[in-house]
Amino acid sequence: SSAKSIDDDLFDNLEERLVTSDLGIDITMDMMARIKKKSRGLSTADQLRQVLKDELLTLFHEPGPPAPSIPTPYVIMMVGVNGTGKTTTLGKLAMKYKAEGKKVLIAAADTFRAAAIEQVEIWARRAGADIVRHKEGADPAAVAYDAVEAGMARGADVVLIDTAGRLHTQKNLMEELKKIKRSVDKKYKGAPHDVMMVIDATTGQNALSQADIFHKAVGLTQMSVTKLDGTAKGGIVAAVSSTMKLPIAYIGVGEAIEDLQEFDAKRFIDALFDD
Amino acid sequence: MFDNLSDRLDSVFKKLKGHGTLTENNIEDGLKQVRLALLEADVNYKVAKNVISDIKARALGQEVMQSLTPGQQVIKIVNEEFTKMMGSTHQELSFAATGATSIMLVGLQGSGKTTTAGKLAHFLRKIGRKPYLVPVDVYRPAAIDQLTKLGKQMDVPVFASTTDMKPLKICQDAKLAARDLGCDTLLIDTAGRLHLDDTLMAELEDIKKGINPAETLLVADAMTGQDAVNIAGEFDKRLDISGFVLTKMDGDARGGAALSIKAVTGKPLKFIGVGEKNTALEPFHPDRMSSRILGM
Ligand SMILES: Nc1nc2c(ncn2[C@@H]2O[C@H](COP(=O)(O)OP(=O)(O)OP(=O)(O)O)[C@@H](O)[C@H]2O)c(=O)[nH]1
Ligand SMILES: Nc1nc2c(ncn2[C@@H]2O[C@H](COP(=O)(O)OP(=O)(O)OP(=O)(O)O)[C@@H](O)[C@H]2O)c(=O)[nH]1
Ligand SMILES: [K+]
Ligand SMILES: [Mg+2]
Ligand SMILES: [Mg+2]
Repeated sequence: SSAKSIDDDLFDNLEERLVTSDLGIDITMDMMARIKKKSRGLSTADQLRQVLKDELLTLFHEPGPPAPSIPTPYVIMMVGVNGTGKTTTLGKLAMKYKAEGKKVLIAAADTFRAAAIEQVEIWARRAGADIVRHKEGADPAAVAYDAVEAGMARGADVVLIDTAGRLHTQKNLMEELKKIKRSVDKKYKGAPHDVMMVIDATTGQNALSQADIFHKAVGLTQMSVTKLDGTAKGGIVAAVSSTMKLPIAYIGVGEAIEDLQEFDAKRFIDALFDD
Repeated sequence: MFDNLSDRLDSVFKKLKGHGTLTENNIEDGLKQVRLALLEADVNYKVAKNVISDIKARALGQEVMQSLTPGQQVIKIVNEEFTKMMGSTHQELSFAATGATSIMLVGLQGSGKTTTAGKLAHFLRKIGRKPYLVPVDVYRPAAIDQLTKLGKQMDVPVFASTTDMKPLKICQDAKLAARDLGCDTLLIDTAGRLHLDDTLMAELEDIKKGINPAETLLVADAMTGQDAVNIAGEFDKRLDISGFVLTKMDGDARGGAALSIKAVTGKPLKFIGVGEKNTALEPFHPDRMSSRILGM
């Protein structure tokens, strides 16, 4: 309650909250040290909680200023480990851009997972976006190349590239991802303009290793967090944002096409303290 | 900072070397390191607390063995405690005494249920059973296609579900179809869902009541963080799961979720997924888990 005083129990309670939100030990310890230092002049639990929220806010890396002119087509490549929600987030994004009146083209560059092409096709249909697909088992770099070429030829505003989920520890698959990126750049200098890492909110500390290795391979520019409609708080993305200086663009809050929201750090932090 | 728990312990116990016993005072620093290692491995906060107090109770007053450093001694106790927690031997799948066996796969979205269904089909055939794949995910785009393709890859029959069918009805019809085809083990691939989605959890309860599966396996991702206890606790509460499968163990996640799920449900970890291929499934061996979680 608001009148509650600041004591060891409160500190223990806050520490537990940070750890169980998946913020990680390093950040938790750092945050606890910071608020202990600042707690002297404070008298209520609410004040201390507010100090903690303000400190947490500093973890998030804000996106830089928007580029003076947006290239067209604007090419976004989705990456991440298996099952995080890349294809679904891509479908939601396609819808968002369509709703803004943009012409959207999707590259079905997950040619590996069973029925990945069929899945992204359904999303394309739902969003009313064009799709470029090859056969299952085809070279994903060729699909991405063709899609960018088609996007340029047809005057698409946005090209969204779906890639297969892969564990960052699989060197050959990370090489394949680099190759996809290179082939896009070869067709269209400077593309992809965004490389979006999709992280599942239920992920624990491993997301740090994922983001680090994906970044080294393909240069991440932003991330999105899915499945925040569950009970997981997704605190690890604060750690990723802070250590990688990577902004968070969107959050996924369900499986439907409209379940995408722009990331709001304040709301995200408030939710860490909801029960 | 040391990555490795044994290095950390050796360093905190350096000053202790040569002393006879682990005491309340000198073990505290060592346990702190164990606790950090557990939390870094995503073992749930409360579970880690309990593990530490169990380890402490066992360690106190133990003679430091001549052959071991105190650090090694703590690790030995931790290893034994983990192995005890995870169950000391591999737990086999159960099959129905008469008639066809149903194995139901449940879990959050994207945890690896469909892939695991395919892997289990491969595994079952190898041990001489006749699997039948049953796609019950009528919600996710192309989920039925996905399982159908996996079946085709392995030449395992797949029930011809369509998205307009009701999940329970699919399972019931699939049982009859399996009998006609001479299949003895149905692999029920359910749609991913959140444990707090009451409607969809009730759907699973109905399927379970309707087909009485010999196994209800929770499929969980090895990369899961602190929320594993809430997820597993709720799935177990509603479905009384018979065990769990931990997928994506081919990565570098420590897999502390294994300990958390075991602690909260008491149910055995039966298999681990170690890749995307149909062959990438291994029976779980409890003794190997502790060194992985502790990063040794
Ligand atoms: N509850 C919830 N489910 C989501 C969300 N985003 C995606 N999903 C579900 O998560 C599962 C995996 O999503 P996909 O989009 O197929 O994930 P992916 O990263 O493309 O998977 P792979 O291509 O196999 O690596 C599906 O069941 C989605 O419906 C979300 O924000 N909330
Ligand atoms: N590396 C690796 N990938 C895996 C493993 N198990 C599953 N996957 C991948 O994880 C992703 C999701 O797997 P699915 O089997 O579609 O997961 P699901 O639980 O059926 O997903 P929904 O039906 O959408 O809830 C796919 O890309 C799989 O190839 C594993 O053990 N290792
Ligand atoms: K949540
Ligand atoms: Mg996908
Ligand atoms: Mg599935």
